[in-house]
Amino acid sequence: MLSIKNIHANVEGKEILKGINLEIKAGEVHAIMGPNGSGKSTLASVLAGREEYEVTEGEVNFLNKDLLELSPEDRAREGLFLAFQYPVEIPGVSTTNFIKAAVNEKRKYQGLEPLDSVAFLKIMKEKMKLVEIDQSLLSRFINEGFSGGEKKRNEIFQMAMLEPKLAILDETDSGLDIDALRIVANGINKLHNPDRAVLVITHYQRLLDYIQPDFVHVLFNGRIVKSGTKELALELEEKGYDFITDEIDLTAQ
Amino acid sequence: MIDLTYFKAQFETLQQDNPDGEIASIRKESFDVFNKTGLPTYKTEDWKYTSVSSLFELVYHQGKHTVGIADLEALRMPGHHKANELVFVNGRFDAALSNVLSPADEMTVLSLKDAINGTYSDLLRKHLNQSSTYIKDGVHALNGAFIDEGVFVHVHKGKIPQHPIYVYHIMDGRTQPILAQPRNLIYVDENSKLQLTETYATLGTSDSFCNEVLEMVVEQGAFVEYYKIQNDVAHANQVGTTHITQVGRSYVHTVTVTLGGGIVRNNLNLILDAEGDETHLYGLYLLKGKTHADNHTLIDNKQPNCFSNQLYKGISDDSSTGVFNGRIMVQPDAQKTNSFQSNKNILLSDNATINTKPQLEIFADDVKCSHGCTVGQLDEEALFYLRARGIPRDKAEVLLLQAYAADIIAQIKPMAIRAYVEKLIYDHLSIV
Repeated sequence: MLSIKNIHANVEGKEILKGINLEIKAGEVHAIMGPNGSGKSTLASVLAGREEYEVTEGEVNFLNKDLLELSPEDRAREGLFLAFQYPVEIPGVSTTNFIKAAVNEKRKYQGLEPLDSVAFLKIMKEKMKLVEIDQSLLSRFINEGFSGGEKKRNEIFQMAMLEPKLAILDETDSGLDIDALRIVANGINKLHNPDRAVLVITHYQRLLDYIQPDFVHVLFNGRIVKSGTKELALELEEKGYDFITDEIDLTAQ
Repeated sequence: MIDLTYFKAQFETLQQDNPDGEIASIRKESFDVFNKTGLPTYKTEDWKYTSVSSLFELVYHQGKHTVGIADLEALRMPGHHKANELVFVNGRFDAALSNVLSPADEMTVLSLKDAINGTYSDLLRKHLNQSSTYIKDGVHALNGAFIDEGVFVHVHKGKIPQHPIYVYHIMDGRTQPILAQPRNLIYVDENSKLQLTETYATLGTSDSFCNEVLEMVVEQGAFVEYYKIQNDVAHANQVGTTHITQVGRSYVHTVTVTLGGGIVRNNLNLILDAEGDETHLYGLYLLKGKTHADNHTLIDNKQPNCFSNQLYKGISDDSSTGVFNGRIMVQPDAQKTNSFQSNKNILLSDNATINTKPQLEIFADDVKCSHGCTVGQLDEEALFYLRARGIPRDKAEVLLLQAYAADIIAQIKPMAIRAYVEKLIYDHLSIV
């Protein structure tokens, strides 16, 4: 589904990603872990199409399309979804209208008729139950005055509404208390199926107690330095990132 | 070359046809001011950012117009079936196209001439042309020199008319360039209420120039809502003065929305001449193409304990220009004044311009005044967020701009007018 080959990317002239390779197949759950500053969020931003990030080398294939050639909106319509680490507050734009516009843009792209209000509301009600989000949040402006947990839940709700093929969760666990974490993780698990893939980007292992990854990758200094199964995450939790960096130093020597 | 001499012949004809009375002497005084002052230039502080001299390169003649009911039909605003509609064609009141629904014991609508020659004589002598004590430039004086087919409206004491007033200014530019100079006076009596919406439309392809003066007097306990909607074509120009004097403790709420036009200058004066007056001024200008929109506001706090709040928001795209000049005067007697002002702008293009200038003149020592202005760009983070959900860039921009405008639009209280303006804004923003 997603094939990343030797991606290098700069931000403001500084190279952050230094040759990333990653293959994700339908149905798989991958986790990318790594210390602060290793390039985790940069990878998410490059995949979503943030313009400040300049890809200098490499290619990304998503569902047989050259992802890097697509605008952010077309990536979304092709089925890529980024749950933001810091969802933006947009006063003046109602959450419901925004999601309706997004859903109908995607349908238009797929050659489907736009949903009318009744059909949209019906789907919205179902998904609200799924991710345990309150109606009152959706009638407010986008993320305005939302708590950290509410913002993240809103991201998962949007994911549920847009039914992406590949969901990238950028530190979705950060700033969540244990109850919010459980609700968010449940939402993700309920949406996961054999046609869809998930890429979880996280600093801590705790989200992975709730979302079982098939593969865990460690990102360090712009490269994936180690890949393994979920046991790798536990090992990281136990020994800290130092054990990876020590290992790299040893190899270098 | 600018030649203003032809106004003399037009002025003399008007004076000969209507020789006597108070209005003729106001015209005479005004024409003297016009001749003495001439047109404002960029050296005139109040006109530093807006040049109207190009509007006087054309020669304007009063001709017969062909505006009929079908033309009006196309311009009517929602809710018009329940509104008093006052129609001005080329600046002159058109009784045939107008329609007053309110009963005579609630509202009186008369020509200025009939009003000043009848029972309203004293009132008009007192209040007509009071704006000239504040605005002394030649453009304003030119309007005064040609006061002719204007209207006087009296909202009666203690009456809350069911029907709002809609004013349509129609400029018929189908055969020649038009100078329209509407001049009206509205008297909002004690404990009454007025809801007024003004709009403008130029027909045909010739340039129009609407040089308007609207004066309003607001008595004790009265409540005024005033909406001005400017969405005219690119060859329609306008200098409009709305001069509101709150002579009794009263409440005034205004919203000015400017979407289209060539050169548009709005003077909005609020004279707070009674203790405890309250006034709220809101403005929104969404400019593109070459539109030049200039909002000059003046709040003159003359008495203690008055409150005023101003919020003007603008967006300039293409090579448009937005100007905001907010002047607040606090006179020595106006202790305990609260006067707040804010002007926020977004620039969407490298060729667009914003000039914003607060101007506070405070002569009392126990007052609270604040002002602030910002010029910025659309929030790129917010744009990316919307795009990352599949909304294309142009639609995402429209959503954000609508959101930006929303708090001003929310100040338009009548739902019919608000929905009408929302639609105008959506169309305006969506057409690239």
